[in-house]
Amino acid sequence: MGRYVVRRLLQVIPVMIGVTFIIFCLVFALPGDPIQALAGDKRADPNIAAILRAHYHLNEPLYMQYWHYISGVFRGDLGETYNGRAISDIVSQRFPVTLKLGLTSFAMEAVIGILAGMLSALKRGKFLDNVVLVATLLLISIPVFVLGSVLQLEFGMNLKITPISGIDKGWPQSYILPAIVLASTSMAYIARLVRSSMTESIRADYVRTAIAKGLPRRRVIGLHALRNSLIPVVTFLGFDLGALMGGAIITERVFNMPGLGGQLAQSVYLRESPVVVGLVTLLVLIYLAANLLVDLMYAVLDPRIRYE
Amino acid sequence: MTIIDPTDAVPAPRSGDDQKTGPLLEVRDLHVEFQTREGVVRAVNGVNYSVNSGETLAVLGESGSGKSVTAQAIMGILDMPPARIPQGEIRFYGQDMLTMSADERRKLRGARIAMIFQDALSALNPVLSVGFQLGEMFRVHQGLSRKEAKAKAIELMDRVKIPAAAARVNDYPHQFSGGMRQRIMIAMALALEPDLIIADEPTTALDVTVQAQVMDLLAELQREYRMGLILITHDLGVVADVADKIAVMYAGRIVETAPVHELYKRPAHPYTRGLLDSIPRLDQKGQDLYAIKGLPPNLLKVPSGCAFNPRCEKAQDICRTELPPLVPVTERDGAELPGRASACHFWKETIHG
Repeated sequence: MGRYVVRRLLQVIPVMIGVTFIIFCLVFALPGDPIQALAGDKRADPNIAAILRAHYHLNEPLYMQYWHYISGVFRGDLGETYNGRAISDIVSQRFPVTLKLGLTSFAMEAVIGILAGMLSALKRGKFLDNVVLVATLLLISIPVFVLGSVLQLEFGMNLKITPISGIDKGWPQSYILPAIVLASTSMAYIARLVRSSMTESIRADYVRTAIAKGLPRRRVIGLHALRNSLIPVVTFLGFDLGALMGGAIITERVFNMPGLGGQLAQSVYLRESPVVVGLVTLLVLIYLAANLLVDLMYAVLDPRIRYE
Repeated sequence: MTIIDPTDAVPAPRSGDDQKTGPLLEVRDLHVEFQTREGVVRAVNGVNYSVNSGETLAVLGESGSGKSVTAQAIMGILDMPPARIPQGEIRFYGQDMLTMSADERRKLRGARIAMIFQDALSALNPVLSVGFQLGEMFRVHQGLSRKEAKAKAIELMDRVKIPAAAARVNDYPHQFSGGMRQRIMIAMALALEPDLIIADEPTTALDVTVQAQVMDLLAELQREYRMGLILITHDLGVVADVADKIAVMYAGRIVETAPVHELYKRPAHPYTRGLLDSIPRLDQKGQDLYAIKGLPPNLLKVPSGCAFNPRCEKAQDICRTELPPLVPVTERDGAELPGRASACHFWKETIHG
């Protein structure tokens, strides 16, 4: 297991270099002039523009620009925006918001999704099962901004129990509504996933054995059946953890939260390649870590999977 | 042995004078039916049998004859619904288990009545170590700690002759061979030294040499602990070696009961005779092997009269109209044959003629 983890961690290095290079090329290929963009509608002063171009190596060929960037990254310098702001600054300001929002909705979707799915599987065909099925269908089909606006209107405006937008109230108040909105779709998927895998495992022979052993029902369901049902769910959760950490453009916009998603969208728009590449690099790292975590969880949940 | 939270309703262990209250287990007129979309499937239609301590009852029959359903009803592990027990009694030390509360029954399961399943690979949980699954019995029923339970698990694995038990206790079911897995199933059933073990085709999934080892082990342990054993099988070879008495089932009914050797010598039901004749024998090499013609009946539409009549070579008109009751079988001169009974209108002709 230890060797496996080391090997996986070493794999991260080539993946990182490849991904940053591809992103760098893509941003480079975007039309428009970032220095001109700084000046807005007016024509940029040619002298200043020339100084800026030299400072940001914009006159050099692509591979040299990439070299300047990646060597900086290895020295721990993520570079700066064309406004002269350090990117590490942006990350340290924006990432905590995304982290809090992402982890809150991750916890929500995992706990509520798994519980709803279990309940549904145990009461298959009964009223409660139908409630879960209809509710998940609704959650999957309602667009995020609609759900967000409705919640803002009801809980923020009418009932006044949560802030409408912004993060002034801090965690948890300001994060509850956006986390619900962000979690809703995945929560519904997880509930359905758990429902189908649980339905299968409660009919399995080993569950019958567990009953024949005289184990209490809680233990039969909560340990013997659930352990086997969780394997597909962990795959989905791992994938989703990566996605949540990448920021949520729409949810952040609706609730006016300064997270990574909004920043990334804005930087792509402004052609700030150092920012885009820096943020994407961070997201790739998070994805890789989430993936590794999932693969390790597999081995814990299912001993038939072994990594050597 | 300490059982946590003993309930008065649960009978005391065999050792005292409980034996007076009757046999270890007695099934009386048990009916089980399943509600399905196509209709009501009557899987068990009035089964009677009993087992005493130290005794082995073999229940013989084809797939779908109701032998496993009866066993599951005794264990209380039928899915209800769709299953239903409209009538009957299952008496354990004289006490009807069907009238007990769910929790009382749960405490009997595993501790006093245990079951060995057919396919150990699917019957053991693939994601829990065998040591955990064995130790669970002690942790749940006796409240032992994790560590004590593991020590007990190793002891059990030793007792069922699994080599290097201490090293293998943390292994998972898929890491064992078929025979070893079945030994683990047996160890699990034996864990709390139950009074009765129900083995549902314990050797069907194993190859022949391993079958013999596993059956020998089971028989040896049964003698050692003086347990009652219900052995469900369709393998007549297995039965002859270990059983004391046999009940042959067909379409949810018992069609014949007899002490083991009597049944092989003189079957009193045409179905039993058919089963015995379809065993391959070395001295009949080269001849066609006998087979009972036709198929087991559809339990949605059991034939009227004797359920076996469409497949029976001796069937007469009465067989198609009247259901033969299970009656005691006697010698030609009327002398009693203890333990023998047959549900055939023509048992006299079958056994004597």
